[in-house]
Amino acid sequence: MTSIAIPPGMPQYDDVPRYDVARVRADFPILDREINGHPLVYLDSANTSHKPRQVLDVLGEHYALHNANVSRSVHTLGTEATEAYEGARAKVAAFISARSTDEVVFTKNSTEAINIVAYAFSNASLRPDGDPRFRLGPGDEVVISEMEHHSNIVPWQLLCERTGATLRWFPVTDQGRLDESGLEDLVTERTKIVSLVHMSNILGTVNATSRITARVREVGALLLLDCSQSVPHLPIDVVDLDADYIVFTGHKMCGPTGIGVLWGRGELLAAMPPVFGGGSMIETVTMARSTFAAPPARFEAGTPPIAEAVALGAAVDYLTGIGMRAIQWHEKELTAYALEALGSVRDLRIFGPTVPVGRGGTISFALGDVHPHDVGQVLDSLGVQVRVGHHCAKPVCSRFGVPAMTRASFYLYTTTEEIDALVAGLEQVRKVFD
Amino acid sequence: MQLDQLYQEIILDHYKHPHGRGLRDADDPGDQVAEAHHVNPTCGDEVTVRVATDGDVLHDISYDGMGCSISQASASVLHELLRGRGAGEAFQVHEAFVELMSGRGQVTPDEDVLGDGVAFAGVARYPARVKCALLPWMAFKDAAARAGVGVSPEVKA
Repeated sequence: MTSIAIPPGMPQYDDVPRYDVARVRADFPILDREINGHPLVYLDSANTSHKPRQVLDVLGEHYALHNANVSRSVHTLGTEATEAYEGARAKVAAFISARSTDEVVFTKNSTEAINIVAYAFSNASLRPDGDPRFRLGPGDEVVISEMEHHSNIVPWQLLCERTGATLRWFPVTDQGRLDESGLEDLVTERTKIVSLVHMSNILGTVNATSRITARVREVGALLLLDCSQSVPHLPIDVVDLDADYIVFTGHKMCGPTGIGVLWGRGELLAAMPPVFGGGSMIETVTMARSTFAAPPARFEAGTPPIAEAVALGAAVDYLTGIGMRAIQWHEKELTAYALEALGSVRDLRIFGPTVPVGRGGTISFALGDVHPHDVGQVLDSLGVQVRVGHHCAKPVCSRFGVPAMTRASFYLYTTTEEIDALVAGLEQVRKVFD
Repeated sequence: MQLDQLYQEIILDHYKHPHGRGLRDADDPGDQVAEAHHVNPTCGDEVTVRVATDGDVLHDISYDGMGCSISQASASVLHELLRGRGAGEAFQVHEAFVELMSGRGQVTPDEDVLGDGVAFAGVARYPARVKCALLPWMAFKDAAARAGVGVSPEVKA
């Protein structure tokens, strides 16, 4: 056997960042709860994550001590609130290695972020002087995939309806990977935008995007990555990813609900027409017409979710404090453990990659013929919280020929004992329905 | 919560051995036949209920679908309870079942009216599952209305 020496100064194989999961769990008050007489086993973090005390405290303190509207007041509280809000933007920008803080637009969630892009395209298409990169009409194409969450399907279907453009999509392989074999035919000179999920919320697949990015650049299209499931779990660097837009949401990354992010390349955001009109997004307003603020304000009409943004900043601090590499590694180990443990359950079928490579800690499965609703109900009686249903990704369910799936998803606070509880619970399900 | 209140033996039995499953044509060519397909958008459960009636008697209620034990057992119970009944009587049973399911566990079911349907009393305590139990009943109501009996075709769970 030849051993390959890694040069000194480079990361070594055993150089894996670790953290104390028990200490992390102590930060999350809800993890002390009992459900139906059992300790809570929360395996639904892909749906929404729990929030550590550090985030809850910031949320409460903002309202208790610094509450005021942002970007419009000269008074002290207004200044504090504005600084906190803009400070959160800077934290988020640093978290994803954005070149500029102005590339971070706060939204309500990922869904709103995708819709902003889709409607900016729509609005540009209506204007004769609209930037040609955003103008869509008959003959133009939008490319998505069969693996998308509904939030990355429906806005594009609606955009195509409004503009006469055509929607096309990448298929999914039997292994639950993106089928890139038709890339050259799918992404062509007709393509205006490719909008893909970075990590599937249902299959757990993490898509390798470099081939697609190269093709997108070759044909002069734009690339949006839905990072709702990846930003919370992996180190994300938008420069490395080389996308044009990414979207993600606060509540899946230890932050509150009601706050999400659209990141876009500065010059693209600057060229995009506004979507929502109202306060804060203007430069000047007369009764006849208005001119608009530069991004990100142009896309943040009205009073934004200020406290939520500030708390998202706290969530980013929290995750950074533990280290995204460490979180990624923890979940990789959990995923490997879970894939093996679930693989030992009789008559259990995993949808998506069955190896812990190119996938995250979200595993969907079927247990024999037992309907996922019934699986979830029995598990709930044991305190095990999983998601059941179509996971807002009905085309994936159709692709694998089932109406619904059961999904277990992990996060930084998940333990192998919780995966054991899931496996034991599945035996219980079997007892009820066999 | 007690799981066996939800998954009563009667429900599991109807689920594992459904009564009258499968969509059928009317025996009597003079019957009005109509069907309705309902889905539960949150979980993807689906059921199609078909009603064959001469306007007075529900000669057959056939169904097909896929879904959880609660929705499929409920369809089986629906078939058993309402097939062959007069339309007016059937809608009284329908009303009693809807009342039971909407009662958050506070309604005491009448076994004389609801038969095996009383087993669903426990389901009413699980708000997330009430829609599962009601799915075939709402499809039935639409199908019956389309076949010319009943109240309104626009009823939704």
